[in-house]
Amino acid sequence: MSYFDHFMTMRSEVSLLAVILFLLLFDIIAGKKGEKYFQPVAILLFVAHTLLNLVPAAAGESFGGMYQYHPVMTIIKTMLNVATLIIFLQSKHLFDGNEMKNQRGEYYFLTLCTLLGMYLMISSGHFLLFFIGLETASIPLATLVAFSKHCKKSAEAGAKFILLSAFSSGILLFGISYLYGTTGSLYFAEVATKLTVNPLQIMAFIFFLSGIFFKVSFVPFHLWTADVYEGAPTNVTSYLSVVSKSSAAFVLMTLLFKLFASYLHEWQTLLFWIIIVTITVGNLFALRQQNTKRFLAFSSISQAGYIALGIISGSALGMATMIYYIFIYLFSNLAAFGVISSIESRTGKTDIPDYKGLYQTNPKLSFVMMLAMFSLAGIAPFAGFMSKFFIFSAAAQQGYYLLVIVAVVNTIISLYYYLRVVKAMFIDQNGQPLPALRTDIWNRASLIICTVAIIFVGLLGFILDMIEKQSFGI
Amino acid sequence: MNFLSLFVLLPLLMILALFVARNRKQILGIMVAGSTLLVILAAFLAFHYIAARNSGNTDPMLFTASLSWFKPLNIQYAVGVDGVSVVMLCLSSLIVFTGTFVSWKMVPLTKEFFLWYCLLSTGVFGFFISLDLFTLFLFYETALIPMYLLIGVWGSGRKEYSAMKLTLMLMGSSMILLVGILGIYFRSGATSMHISELAQRTMPVEQQYFFFTLTFFGFGVLGALFPFHTWSPDGHASAPTAVSMLHAGVLMKLGGYGSFRVAISLMPEAAEKLSPIFLILTAIGVVYGAFAAIRQTDLKYINAYSSVSHCNLVLFAILMLTQTALTGAVLQMLSHGMITALFFALIGMIYGRTHTRLITEMGGLMKIMPFLGVSFVIAGLSNIGVPGLSGFVAEMTIFVGAFENNDLLRRILTIATITSIVVGAVYILRTIGKFLQGPLQDPEHLKLDDARWHERLAIIMLIAGILYLGSFPTGVADIISDSFGSMLQVAK
Repeated sequence: MSYFDHFMTMRSEVSLLAVILFLLLFDIIAGKKGEKYFQPVAILLFVAHTLLNLVPAAAGESFGGMYQYHPVMTIIKTMLNVATLIIFLQSKHLFDGNEMKNQRGEYYFLTLCTLLGMYLMISSGHFLLFFIGLETASIPLATLVAFSKHCKKSAEAGAKFILLSAFSSGILLFGISYLYGTTGSLYFAEVATKLTVNPLQIMAFIFFLSGIFFKVSFVPFHLWTADVYEGAPTNVTSYLSVVSKSSAAFVLMTLLFKLFASYLHEWQTLLFWIIIVTITVGNLFALRQQNTKRFLAFSSISQAGYIALGIISGSALGMATMIYYIFIYLFSNLAAFGVISSIESRTGKTDIPDYKGLYQTNPKLSFVMMLAMFSLAGIAPFAGFMSKFFIFSAAAQQGYYLLVIVAVVNTIISLYYYLRVVKAMFIDQNGQPLPALRTDIWNRASLIICTVAIIFVGLLGFILDMIEKQSFGI
Repeated sequence: MNFLSLFVLLPLLMILALFVARNRKQILGIMVAGSTLLVILAAFLAFHYIAARNSGNTDPMLFTASLSWFKPLNIQYAVGVDGVSVVMLCLSSLIVFTGTFVSWKMVPLTKEFFLWYCLLSTGVFGFFISLDLFTLFLFYETALIPMYLLIGVWGSGRKEYSAMKLTLMLMGSSMILLVGILGIYFRSGATSMHISELAQRTMPVEQQYFFFTLTFFGFGVLGALFPFHTWSPDGHASAPTAVSMLHAGVLMKLGGYGSFRVAISLMPEAAEKLSPIFLILTAIGVVYGAFAAIRQTDLKYINAYSSVSHCNLVLFAILMLTQTALTGAVLQMLSHGMITALFFALIGMIYGRTHTRLITEMGGLMKIMPFLGVSFVIAGLSNIGVPGLSGFVAEMTIFVGAFENNDLLRRILTIATITSIVVGAVYILRTIGKFLQGPLQDPEHLKLDDARWHERLAIIMLIAGILYLGSFPTGVADIISDSFGSMLQVAK
């Protein structure tokens, strides 16, 4: 294989790197005159990058097995691209005011760097590349969380995130070091063959998983989630809750299916208890939240629990339904965050009681938020219903009926708090509802995309079929 | 794809048309046009179904069609009807039609009200035509959430509380149902979710017990299974009139229909073994609902508890598992659907005029509003089960069919439920006596006007249905009992 071929298997990473470098140079060189073109150019380039990498290619590897490619990775990377694109559309307003007007270039550059890190994490075949990807995905994210320079909460959230992230990465690295010590190799393929059930390797396995569980925010590694989501700027929160979480969930699944296949029984038992605790704790804490961002943080913790239902099944159907679930979750969550971001940027209010009577002044925004809440709760005929049904089927197929019952009971509890938001907007009377807002055109485009997806994507059968063709199980 | 999908397409088209409608005339026009088309479609279906059966077609399901939908899980969009579905579709279209006319003056947010109303109808119609478990469940769930908004926004009284309680309890039961459905699919080794295919495979009997309980419970709660009926009185009392009509008249029947279409026909052995427990619960429900209705003074609560009693009777009859009893159950679904819709419509009209639902605050209304008064008496008499009206036909068939079983428990329970007729007579006649006859309680009531044209139309259609079923039940009963004949054959 020539060097060109090696790099061509890494098409998506190369094109993303090209976009990043171009944006960096554009920001530095264009100066004051080019400022107003920066965001449209960034979005257009990123759309081009997404379109270039739509079609899956044949499976392959490069650089001696360090970089692995499988067609299902194109599907997941495209989903991350779509999510990032929607977030970019929603972040246009951030730089129109005075607060962050000089931070444009940094925002796009850092976001795309974390995305590149996630790509590397997903496609890695070697622990070193994996760790590089993980760190590249986490450290710029901490900067993004602390992006609002004049807001104390943002700085606090950034500090919490970087400290906990560094700590988790440290533990993860510790686990990797023991795996290396006991197997003598860092390549996934070789480590997988040399895993036996001995205490040192199991301990390393647990440490390794703890690092990843932090990023997916399973319980009990979730304590950072609420504060960081609340403190970060809303668009960074949406990036964390959707892109960061889903890439970590996907990485978890591929690692458990390929690298730790011989520990199937062990990690299924582990995930069994983690799913029960995650869904339940996420739900119970969400019941008490008044701040919409904290509320969505706990909701996303319990959604991570549902996502794990696809992982625990260990089958191709499990992988397919998990990816489908992430796809739908992406649109529902981004719709909710889009509405919150629009309202926050015009009025600065983020509490659920402030949303009372919103339908009287902002019917379209209320409608989108209602759709997002219904989809997250799993209400028919919206897409969230199909994704929940399918992921429960994947777990039921392997006999995990107890988990499905726990998930189902928690769905009912979650319905209460999702309906509370709908109730505030549509049913509660308010003498002084929030004034009629005019969302900017970019955010409106993103909300239209999300709305259409929530209503129609669930009805399209070919999407699940397409994902399932590329999925693999143990 | 055949004409059955029109039952789902028409309400969806109505929703789209409502989105672009601009004034009240257009909204009402769309609703009237759409619901009339649905009634015509249901009549067309009934006509063709009877013609097909008369020409000797003995397939269990007619007019079937299917499209592969989600291949990895072998889910299809499969539609088809048998006698019971046809009857239920006719009932649903009648109630949707009359409900539109009853809501003629619905304000505020008329457009949004009818939007959710149409989504509710989509779910109901889709449920009755579906033959695939997932599709059936999808439509079942679609019919749930519009209730929350319809009650919460346009309801009265403790509407937020009732709406949340109803939604949480019904979602709870349907989520349990979901587990049951997944169990049926995965444990019976089936290769598709189509009901006909699943009926041919049997699950191991020990596992059937668990999943039958889940599935029957899931459908039963919507059918007001005692003691999980508590969502019903508050829900119906707080809901706006057309929503109560649709919910008590049709949605509660989804529970009964689902319990035999899914729970019993797919898991017949467990149904036989576990029926005593559920029979006891439903029998208690029948008697309890009737007695509870005696204590009520709010018209809507009286009717709500009466509905609990009658819907438990439906489940009771279904669990008897004989052809006659099952036929009686469907006749009761049809009959009670019309009776309770008529009741709620009348109560809504009276409430709209007197602004009170308490029978203690009303009296002597028969002279002031004769049309409404007489209609109320007719509805009351059919509720009690006076011959000539549909209530008698249905209850008679149920009790005869239930008594066919030889064992002692079933016969004792049947006798217990028969007592509910007497109790029914007590609360109905007492109610009518108190607020239609008797002395005038409030002189303001002298100024009230009788039913308007749109209200008369709704009332007359429902009374016509009740009279038809009560006087000429054979045609309908034959369609129903033929389908059960084949279903019980397959189950054996």
